[in-house]
Amino acid sequence: MRHHLILRVVTKALIGPIILFALYVQFHGDFSPGGGFQAGVIMAVAFILYGVIFGLNAAQSVFPTWLVHKLMALGVLIYAYTGVATLFLGYDFLDYGAFDPHHPAHGQHWGILAVEFGVLVTVTGVMMAIYYAFAERRPRISDKDW
Amino acid sequence: MVELLVDLTLFFMLVTTAIAITYSRHLFGVVMMAGVFSLLSAMLLVSLDAVDVAFTEAAVGAGISSVLMLSTLTLTARIEKPSTRSPLIPLLVVTATGAAIIYGTLDMPSFGDPNSPAQLGAAAQYLANSPADMHIPNVVTVVLASYRGFDTLGEAAVVFTAGVGVLLLLSGLRRRRRRGDTDEKETS
Amino acid sequence: MFELDFILGHMNYWLFTVLMMIGLYNVVAKGNLIKKVVGLNLFQAAVFMFYISIGKVTGGTAPIFPTDMKIDPDVVYSNPLPHVLILTAIVVGIATTSLALALIVRIREEFDTIEEDEILEIETEMVRKENQACGDVMGGAT
Repeated sequence: MRHHLILRVVTKALIGPIILFALYVQFHGDFSPGGGFQAGVIMAVAFILYGVIFGLNAAQSVFPTWLVHKLMALGVLIYAYTGVATLFLGYDFLDYGAFDPHHPAHGQHWGILAVEFGVLVTVTGVMMAIYYAFAERRPRISDKDW
Repeated sequence: MVELLVDLTLFFMLVTTAIAITYSRHLFGVVMMAGVFSLLSAMLLVSLDAVDVAFTEAAVGAGISSVLMLSTLTLTARIEKPSTRSPLIPLLVVTATGAAIIYGTLDMPSFGDPNSPAQLGAAAQYLANSPADMHIPNVVTVVLASYRGFDTLGEAAVVFTAGVGVLLLLSGLRRRRRRGDTDEKETS
Repeated sequence: MFELDFILGHMNYWLFTVLMMIGLYNVVAKGNLIKKVVGLNLFQAAVFMFYISIGKVTGGTAPIFPTDMKIDPDVVYSNPLPHVLILTAIVVGIATTSLALALIVRIREEFDTIEEDEILEIETEMVRKENQACGDVMGGAT
């Protein structure tokens, strides 16, 4: 897409706000619609947009494939180990009251923040990995056929 | 009344899009209309009070899904070949299934009934207890991450597994393909 | 039984069933694999809306309390439970859809087509050849 000047300029202006919006959706998810799943998808969209407009290599130098693959597993591990942590604190699996025994509600805040972060990491990782996997294949249809 | 009108309008737009998807043989158009379908259903979900779901549907259905479908199209084909089989048997199957489902819904509680079983079970307790338990306004987030945290862990694992599956299918076998068709390299 | 109240109260189920069936028709009748996946997505979206419509309460609002947590007891909130289930189902749905698409890409590379009929033809041909080869080895009639 080298020749689409407008697309390139608009994309450059949009990527920052999209990532910011993803973080807003993530951390404001307790108060408004949103959460890890949506934020993960929006975060991935920012990088996918970059990849679509500037080419796969540019996107992969920003967000390398090995990192994406690590993130996929890391998110699930963050989630699972939050549960393990509450186990070690003497509470039930994923009972976030453990993080602040005097104020169970505050503990819940921390716990929800942690697991939502895990979901964000997994979903971003998986969406990016899927996009890379598809985009890395050599296309069978040339640009002219469209 | 206005709500009903909005719902009906959105519904008929959804049906039109779905029928257009059924008839169109240009897969590019099909994918775009699937995106339109997602956005319309997101609007309908907002009118059904499911703002979180609508948000997800809009982001996933119209965003990621279209990108993935389009990248699949570049790897496969963009025109559907006309089917030689008669549509009669599928129509029969679909009608029978639909009739069975509709017959099943006759016993269901009315739309919006505050005393239906779905409203009185665990959901009522979540709504009643979550302000005291969590101090978090968004009940959906609370149920998702805390009350049903174990569920969500499973969902995250499923997403992860699907990602691994795609990687195994698409990334692992790249070398074997390159050996076979070197002639295509010039065209791409 | 079929008075206006009943019809208005159950119409949402019927309408979403119609949408579901359009999706199902695409899955059953179309030979193109991508079309099948799109049909499956339609079906899925219709099921989601069906499910969400069960959780709707007349006069209710989205299940999000005011930020200061001063909850007005007169306000009715819709059922948050279907929202949670469907929210995760959508993301799982796109992950599994992409798995299906990956399979389609592999099928195209293996068979050079994504039409079901042609794939079946190629497969029968392959099986026939294999059977013939086996028959030759066993010394059977050709």
